[in-house]
Amino acid sequence: MLPLPVPASVYGLVLLLAALTAGVVKLEQVKETGTYLTGIFPLLFVPAAAGIMELWAEMGQLLLPILIAILPVTVLVMAAAGRTTQALTARNKKEEADHD
Amino acid sequence: MTELLNDFLTGSVAWGVLLTLAAFGLGVLINRVTGKAIFNPLLLGSIFVIIFLSVCNIPYGDYKTSAAPVSYLLLPATVALAVPLYEKLDLLKENAPAIIAGISVGTLVSLGSAFALALAMDLTKEQYVTLLPKSVTTAISMDVAAELGGIAALTGAIVIVTGIVGALLAETVCKLFHITDPIAKGVGIGTAAHAVGTSKALQMGDVEGAMSGLSIAVAGVLTAVLCPVFVGFVH
Repeated sequence: MLPLPVPASVYGLVLLLAALTAGVVKLEQVKETGTYLTGIFPLLFVPAAAGIMELWAEMGQLLLPILIAILPVTVLVMAAAGRTTQALTARNKKEEADHD
Repeated sequence: MTELLNDFLTGSVAWGVLLTLAAFGLGVLINRVTGKAIFNPLLLGSIFVIIFLSVCNIPYGDYKTSAAPVSYLLLPATVALAVPLYEKLDLLKENAPAIIAGISVGTLVSLGSAFALALAMDLTKEQYVTLLPKSVTTAISMDVAAELGGIAALTGAIVIVTGIVGALLAETVCKLFHITDPIAKGVGIGTAAHAVGTSKALQMGDVEGAMSGLSIAVAGVLTAVLCPVFVGFVH
């Protein structure tokens, strides 16, 4: 419907968050189901992950770039995102402390 | 014997669901008994499914169709990430600039690294596009890869392995880079390793889980918007 390349699940997440914030949906109504669903997340990826078995040929050609993209890059992204947030939250806290 | 088993399995409607549950359950069991992070239930479960299908000579497509109810739950499960997020909404509001900045920097590092790889290793455009969206959830990355001319199925596989690696390394990376703030941990894990990483973050704590879940959505949308720009960098 909207021109952005955003999948339905992300719209759903935003809509549910908006409904909770507006009080249309109460937390107690969704808490149990929600906790259950997020708890079984890894299980839900099994069918898609097994799809690797059909992709050996394509994987072979791209093995080295794939390995680099998966290992060091994932560490780098995690560290960069985490360190940036930490640096800024630490500064926030310091400013608050200065105001007190 | 194999044929008999084959007939039996393909005759029952939800055999793919049963196989998925059994393989994952075995993975959880091994994980509990050994207590080793490397024996990740998702990793083990997927390997067991692949071994089973290969031994019984069942095409992956048949399994995928039969296990569709499992994959279908990914949609409501992603929506359900709104629950931990709502519970931590005040924390999000207080730290919004720091969180948004962290996710943006992480996303740019991810896309920039793929671009650097493409240049350094002389990748074709198809290969580059396949790798580009690999840090964000399959729902977004596979769409983006398909749209821009990559191999979507391969992107999906790389995304899941990235998630497993991210979940396995999460605690080590946080320690190594002195990331101690729970908000920062969640942002790092969710930005780098989407929903699979988030399941690890949820185990680390409520705040970590909520922030990681938020990062899936924000990093996913950012990636979807920025990928076409990054594709424009190569010819």
